[in-house]
Amino acid sequence: MSVAFDEKVHSTLADANLQLAIYRATGRLIDHRKQAVAATALPDYQELRTQANAIKRHTIEHLDHYLEQFEGNVTAHGGKVIWCQDATEVADFVLGLAKARGAQLIVKSKSMTTEEIDLNERLEHHKLESVETDLGEYILQLAHQRPYHIVAPALHLTRYDVGDLFARTLGVANETVPEKQTLIARAVLRQKFLAADIGITGANFLVADSGAVTIVENEGNARLTTSAPKIHIAVAGIEKVIPRAQDLAVFLKLLGRSATGQALTVYTSFLSGPRRAGEIDGPEEFYVVLLDNGRTRLLADRGKRESLYCIRCGACLNHCPVYRKIGGHSFPWVYSGPIGAIITPQFLGIQREPSLPFASSLCGACAEVCPVKIDIPKVLLDLRAEVKQAEQRSGTNRLERLAFKLWAWVMCHPRIYEMAAMAAAGVAPAGDGKWLRRAPALMNLPPVRAWLSQRDLPPAPAKSFRDLWRKR
Amino acid sequence: MSREAILNQVRTALGRSAGEGIAEPPAVRLRVADVDSETRTASMLRAVEALAGKTARAATCEDARAYVAAVLDGKTAVASNAPFLRECGIVDLAGVQPGFTDAAALRAQCATAQVGITSADYALADTGTLVMLASPAEARLISLLPPVHIAVVGKDRVLSGLDELFTILPLPAEQTSSMVLITGPSRTADIEQILVRGVHGPGEIHVVVVG
Repeated sequence: MSVAFDEKVHSTLADANLQLAIYRATGRLIDHRKQAVAATALPDYQELRTQANAIKRHTIEHLDHYLEQFEGNVTAHGGKVIWCQDATEVADFVLGLAKARGAQLIVKSKSMTTEEIDLNERLEHHKLESVETDLGEYILQLAHQRPYHIVAPALHLTRYDVGDLFARTLGVANETVPEKQTLIARAVLRQKFLAADIGITGANFLVADSGAVTIVENEGNARLTTSAPKIHIAVAGIEKVIPRAQDLAVFLKLLGRSATGQALTVYTSFLSGPRRAGEIDGPEEFYVVLLDNGRTRLLADRGKRESLYCIRCGACLNHCPVYRKIGGHSFPWVYSGPIGAIITPQFLGIQREPSLPFASSLCGACAEVCPVKIDIPKVLLDLRAEVKQAEQRSGTNRLERLAFKLWAWVMCHPRIYEMAAMAAAGVAPAGDGKWLRRAPALMNLPPVRAWLSQRDLPPAPAKSFRDLWRKR
Repeated sequence: MSREAILNQVRTALGRSAGEGIAEPPAVRLRVADVDSETRTASMLRAVEALAGKTARAATCEDARAYVAAVLDGKTAVASNAPFLRECGIVDLAGVQPGFTDAAALRAQCATAQVGITSADYALADTGTLVMLASPAEARLISLLPPVHIAVVGKDRVLSGLDELFTILPLPAEQTSSMVLITGPSRTADIEQILVRGVHGPGEIHVVVVG
């Protein structure tokens, strides 16, 4: 476990207010989802999951075909597709376009993909103003923090935090009532929408047979971002493509319910190209940035390819006993929870945080609630195997391997095992089961200390099982 | 060029070659419920109310006009160019500005108007959703910028749900650059999960079904 990961986990566990905030927020989302997918509310929920999984599998297995079809249809509707391999290429495209059009102000709607490539920071570095407009994301941008949760980005902040933040950064009175805070943000952001030159969004789905970008949201900021400025740029990972508009009837029923328990989010926008002849408003230019950024590397791994089926509903975060304790900022990258634990090592390389696939109890709750049926525990196990294989190749786990060899040898020799057990029982005092951690020599060894900080050997019983068995 | 590089990496990863055919995709799954018009309308209005939207059943155009007039009550409004609003005489109500065809003028008006009045291409019974297709008749900003949105919809426009919508509209992009589904008033729960309505879009929505 890296020091940074370890520190963030422990500071989160030690913060009682934060623990309560995470517990309450995820608990509420769990309840809402449960009601929304109950048999009385959505009788064909399991069938829809199966269909969603089949569509995702089919699309990912023929991704090149659907990307080309998508591009062809975007172009046919007067839009343009920009292919980018990494963050730099996306920033270069946006900066180039902004320069060519004399643009200075950009409004953004919530997008994990743009978080992934630090787009705001890159644009601001070049003196462009790029404003997040989702309320939660706006708060985080003012606070210089990254999202805590895929769908509830500011769940770790209280309204008192927000009141202080608005007072400090916007020069307004310190309001602690969410209704009033929302009105403050609405007033500031409304002016930004009306003055913005470019709107940047993510995409929940790219529809191949339509050349359309589909965006779901509740606030209306994505609609404003895609309607008010003259230019709309959607930034999406290449895995977001689905074959047909009709497939949305499956995915839209699952996404809102899995995320927040809504049958449909307040707004679902289906956008294909710039505004057409006769249409009264809408952007004059329409671009879709197709981003790789590690996805094709993941795609090459047949066993873990299903990680790309994710529709970012966040249900696995809410249901994960680990996420619910360690929170979103303990994770090493923008994607947190079970889905973060499987895609982070695959996008960035396993060495970024080798302990991440191990930060799971493998309870399987994530797979059970996943609307597209990603087998997250299986992928975690595969990643664990990869971490261990890498350690073996580099020889960094020599001590561990030696210990397991010794262990295996003892276990295969009953006499030796019995002698070892008797020796251990002789050393171990009966008592509270915290005897190992009182041994200073052991506690000074860093790996032992880390292990023993949470565990110890139980006190030795008076008679071993073998003794009892012989005398039965 | 990145286009070729990415497509090549995708093909290499999948073991496919350029232009290779594809397997048959999973069959489209659309289940259209057979629900009579009256039940659909009642269900749609109930769903809107459950989301804190306001609703009205109008037997005639005159009734719809009277309802809208009561909601307006001296407020300023922008109306879309939907023929249905003209037929019902809603565009002639005091304070209502209809007939915008210029984007800049429409936007300026929407930025200050207190109410936006539209029709809807369809409504969905099971979720209480309005389906708005951008066209010369319907602009995007009227249902978005003013703090109150009134939608006046003919009863024949109420579909059972998403499955029926995508059955009769399999390729929305052939008709419009923008199809938006509106399900209740704009909302957020980003601060302590406390529900607040009217963040960026209208916090108040009225759905009037005529017929």
